[in-house]
Amino acid sequence: MAKVLMKGNEAIAESAIRAGGLVYFCYPLTPQSEVAEYLSRRMPEVGGAFLQAESEVAVANMVYGAAGAGVRAWSTSSSPGISLMEEGISYIAGSELPAVFVNIVRAGPGLGGILPSQGDYLQSVKGGGHGDYRCLVLAPSSVQEAVDMMPLAFDRADRYRGPVMVVGDGMIGQMMEPVEFKEPSFPPLPPKDWATTGAKGRKPNVVNSLYLNPAVEEELNIRLAAKYEKMKREEVRFEEYNTDKPYRALLVAYGTTARICKTAIAQLAAQGIVAALLRPITLFPFPDAKVLELGRKADFLLSVEMSMGQMVEDVHCAMGHEKPVYFFGRSGGIVPSPEEVVTAVKARLEGGKS
Amino acid sequence: MKTLFKRPESLTDVATHYCPGCTHGIIHRLVAEVIDELGLRERTVGIAPVGCAVLAFNYFNMDFQQAAHGRAPALATGIKRARPDLISFTYQGDGDLASIGMAEIVHAANRGEKFTVVFVNNAVYGMTGGQMAPTTMPGQVTTTSPKGRDVNDVGYPVRMCELLASLRTPGFIERVAVHTPQQVVKARRVLKTAFELQRDNKCFTFVEVLSTCPTNWGMTPFEATKWVQEHMVPYYPVQNFKKFEETPEVKAQVTAEPAKEA
Repeated sequence: MAKVLMKGNEAIAESAIRAGGLVYFCYPLTPQSEVAEYLSRRMPEVGGAFLQAESEVAVANMVYGAAGAGVRAWSTSSSPGISLMEEGISYIAGSELPAVFVNIVRAGPGLGGILPSQGDYLQSVKGGGHGDYRCLVLAPSSVQEAVDMMPLAFDRADRYRGPVMVVGDGMIGQMMEPVEFKEPSFPPLPPKDWATTGAKGRKPNVVNSLYLNPAVEEELNIRLAAKYEKMKREEVRFEEYNTDKPYRALLVAYGTTARICKTAIAQLAAQGIVAALLRPITLFPFPDAKVLELGRKADFLLSVEMSMGQMVEDVHCAMGHEKPVYFFGRSGGIVPSPEEVVTAVKARLEGGKS
Repeated sequence: MKTLFKRPESLTDVATHYCPGCTHGIIHRLVAEVIDELGLRERTVGIAPVGCAVLAFNYFNMDFQQAAHGRAPALATGIKRARPDLISFTYQGDGDLASIGMAEIVHAANRGEKFTVVFVNNAVYGMTGGQMAPTTMPGQVTTTSPKGRDVNDVGYPVRMCELLASLRTPGFIERVAVHTPQQVVKARRVLKTAFELQRDNKCFTFVEVLSTCPTNWGMTPFEATKWVQEHMVPYYPVQNFKKFEETPEVKAQVTAEPAKEA
């Protein structure tokens, strides 16, 4: 298929439809309202369901109901809206329902600002809602990658029977890039024989996260933990950049920030400084082993983020005390410039201070 | 030999956890009888709330989902939007529906979602041990209103049927009671109407049932039924608030196609 020029939010919407995400609930919130606007037109054309709900709290619970009835249900929001959805996402995890949530992250905390941010890293990868669960978290760094991730997100949600989050910053949602809609193929999925579709010719199915017997609740926790361990073995995704030659600095960055780092690496090269990049594509599971492997070859690591330092905790955790781990970030909706990253790298090279 | 009385197929053969004298058992049975009579069991998905009926999925012999506190109407919305061919009902208490779930019930009603709400009003938070509910009567003593509900401090009890009936969209709203055999028979008839309207894809259907909580009211079951009659019925009139009428808007909605299954 030929490439078309699309805004990130609309491309995500179209890709989700092509992946069978035909039941969508939403609440308007900048900077992702274009997804809802696009789908309000598009869903009727493809026989899907579109509904603008009364709140993000309701949205996540509508997704729960629809996912429980066996369809591919999903939603999009931005940071404050995702906070409200976390109730439903926790229940979705507890009831082992497949669902996809896209977070086009804006600055925070609180109402924050509408400009791009990566301030929801911790919320995305460390639980977000209450209880002992994780989401598979995918982080695109281009509109094309966001498009490619939607079918993967729906497939993995079904495969693991749990919530999958696609975390893009406001830049991914708002910018226009040429995209191609591919038709990825996945191995067959097990039938949704657990779904509440009417107990015709079978015993009733119950979609539930309430287990008053602690032994049974622990069984659920153990079952969920096993899924997350499987994700750590099979789902880790990352991109290595400029790692095929000896480098002094290893930058670790995801999403839009990773693209800025690539420009910074070119600028550093022009000044005779070799730096490499590790770009986590899955934020959970995090590419710990790769951080360690590539970090060992560098003088130091620099986590570059649009936050005051969130992913850096995981970089630190993966690297241990073998090499210094530093942080550079801009926040509040300010996107770091390549020049700022270059300056940050050079400062660490010279002073070695965080 | 002719069978005069048996367990509805829509109920499971287990003892419930409900307290002696509580009317949840009667209401469960009425819902189950109506679903049986209309032949809907095999395409019904019930929604259990948070509250005394949280384990309703153990008692109804049909597919069920369990909701977060107050969110049952959002789940039912999700189910019906995804699969309009299914039948869905929420079974919610007064804390669940009239307090934490106020937004979800009002907007589901206002959108005219085509599911049935069974709203069990016993004027108290039962499961958590008898705290004040939005429906607690003026002067009623609860564990969080030890001197009785003070309307100057926390306002008057919420009348959900009246509140929802102020909206234009919802099609069928009625309050019933189950504290006398006569009321039970009438409640069954009203529930049947609600499920018939849903089956025929007509409108949002809401049935409030005045219920008892002898345990948290500190009464015998018989005293509790008298208390419903003397204190609740005068404030919560047992009557119809909205009868379904075909309108052009509603007619336009029933043509919605079901979403494709993934």
